[in-house]
Amino acid sequence: MNKRSSWALPYAIFLVLFVAMPLLLIVMYSFQDASGHFTLSNITKFFSDRDSLSTFALSLEVAIENTALCILIGYPAAYILADKSLNRSTVTVVLFILPMWVNALMRTLATAELFTMAGIQLGKGTLLFGMCYDYLPFMIYPIYTTLAKMDRSYAEAAADLGASPFTVFRKVTLPLSLPGVASGVLMVFMPTVSTFAISEFLTNNKIKLFGTIIQENINNSMWNYGAALSFIMLIIIGLTSFIGRKDNAGAEGGAI
Amino acid sequence: MTEHIIDIKHLSKSFSGKEVLSDINLYVRRGEFITLLGPSGCGKTTMLRMIAGFLDPDEGEILLDGNPLVGVPPHKRPLNTVFQRYALFPHLDVYDNIAFGLKLQKIPSDEIDKRVRKVLKLVSMSDYEDRDVDTLSGGQQQRIAIARAIVNKPKVLLLDEPLAALDLKMRKDMQIELKEMHKQLGITFIYVTHDQEEALTLSDTIVVMNEGRIQQIGTPKDIYNEPVNSFVADFIGESNILNATMICDHKVSFIGHEFECVDEGFGENVPVDVVIRPEDIYIRRSQSGTQFSGTVVSCTFKGVHYEMFVDTDEGFEMMIQDYNAFEPGEKVHMLIKPEDIQVMKKERVDNVIPATVGKEGTVQMLGENFECSTEGFSEGDKVLAHVPFDKVDLEDDDEAGKTSGNVSFILYKGDHYHLTILTESGEKVWVDTDDIWDKNDLVGINILPEDIRLEKAEENE
Repeated sequence: MNKRSSWALPYAIFLVLFVAMPLLLIVMYSFQDASGHFTLSNITKFFSDRDSLSTFALSLEVAIENTALCILIGYPAAYILADKSLNRSTVTVVLFILPMWVNALMRTLATAELFTMAGIQLGKGTLLFGMCYDYLPFMIYPIYTTLAKMDRSYAEAAADLGASPFTVFRKVTLPLSLPGVASGVLMVFMPTVSTFAISEFLTNNKIKLFGTIIQENINNSMWNYGAALSFIMLIIIGLTSFIGRKDNAGAEGGAI
Repeated sequence: MTEHIIDIKHLSKSFSGKEVLSDINLYVRRGEFITLLGPSGCGKTTMLRMIAGFLDPDEGEILLDGNPLVGVPPHKRPLNTVFQRYALFPHLDVYDNIAFGLKLQKIPSDEIDKRVRKVLKLVSMSDYEDRDVDTLSGGQQQRIAIARAIVNKPKVLLLDEPLAALDLKMRKDMQIELKEMHKQLGITFIYVTHDQEEALTLSDTIVVMNEGRIQQIGTPKDIYNEPVNSFVADFIGESNILNATMICDHKVSFIGHEFECVDEGFGENVPVDVVIRPEDIYIRRSQSGTQFSGTVVSCTFKGVHYEMFVDTDEGFEMMIQDYNAFEPGEKVHMLIKPEDIQVMKKERVDNVIPATVGKEGTVQMLGENFECSTEGFSEGDKVLAHVPFDKVDLEDDDEAGKTSGNVSFILYKGDHYHLTILTESGEKVWVDTDDIWDKNDLVGINILPEDIRLEKAEENE
């Protein structure tokens, strides 16, 4: 080992201790029963349990809805922030990103309080609102960076070739900003599938998401089933990010 | 059909208070290859962008075939641009890049196909239709950018330093191809470059620009052989620019000698500038028939010719190009033919600075109070202060000067430097000095009281 590669040693140790080992433990627990014998029952239990499956379906549904909502609100916001004729100051950008600096739990609790104060029934609507509020900055920022970095001459070239401002957006700006959207989707979709705190506070535990079930199992010392559920989610998230990565290939990333 | 395809009238533009184009008047003939040439920041690209429609002028008009263009959005202008960094769409392949404009015009696809193939052949890029643009080399991308523009059959093709990013060899090849394309297509080309050699090679007409103003418009030959001022002479090709006195018609004196020339109408004993191209000075070993002599200081081989610096006996440095080499230290004799001396009117013979007479013995100018004799004037009078070029003192330390400024242009005049200083107050001061300064140097400026001569300003100023 030469001198410079030894600099990587602390990080390697960190990765082994805090990433590889826990992952390995999750996988081990997933395939063991309470007494430590190998079993597939945890996995089969999930796939034969109607409740677990429907919770999982609901989680995906909520995550997809939230991601769509974030794109719908976040893209125009990012576009306006990146357009120098509409926004000249970086302060507005910071203001949009600022909520990321406040603890998500605090924001969620505060939102729940606001709904209660206004007398609004907690349910799926409030859940989506809270999720969107929490994750919107993660959608805006990567799209904003891609748009802000984009060479203006592309849009000028398109206009020069006869494209109206709307066509310029549809045929050039939008396709070129897709890598930013892809990063945004990854950063919003993955955490929303696994979140449990938001659904707990913003629906008073009326709506259970996949993350909630994992948390409940772990809390009730059902380590093995909890680990199996985590493992399944890991695979799913891995797959989505793999697909996302593929779309993203060769393009300039806009991730934070 | 008029002869002019584009008319530009009284065009002005400022960016945050700084004027980048002032009162530009220009016309472009149908089918010609016109080049806007100038150093960076001269306003040439701004002008091109206004013709393309990416910028609106503050004042003035641009007419295309007699119809006003200002206010028409870029996508409705029948012009196309080749961008400096190509701006090919990275998400489209070569074919779709070129077909972009045609598809927007809703042209049937078999016609698009035909035109794309034809234009690809024209830029020698057949069989590249399906390639991704980022797999192409710089030169190939440039060809596709040109193809994407000309496939739309624009009335005028605008080219913004299209060859600047290519290496020398490739640039030379592309120059020839561009010229060939211009001939074949018959489209009017408006070309922007800072490369004087490129401009001389390509253009039918060159527009030399500096600091937002047109300096000279002419054919490459005119611009090279008969520059109208020292900026043009210095910017285009190598030259010896010298202070001279027009003694009478056909007789001019410089570097301590009198020369026959072909110019007339300047008056008698009038200070002028002369330009002599280094290849127009004949250099000999024998004295017979020569006009002045000197000693070779340096000699460099430049491929076809040798470039020599010669100190004349009177102490002027001349650049001379000749096919024969003369050794440094060698005594040589020189000859300049009358038709090779280009006489130019001096833009100014001294600094004329608008000023206001202040308290006793002071005058306010360049944003500061200068001491000088104010005899015959009273406080508050608007005056013009005359300061000879060689009486402006420059200081290394900008704090040591009454005011300060940046060296913005340097001209070597054989035995001294003629500098243009942009002062803190935004005015210009011209200085003759023997010292060597660099462009953009921050200098202190001092003027002695006895070197300022006041003159009553015209009432209407």
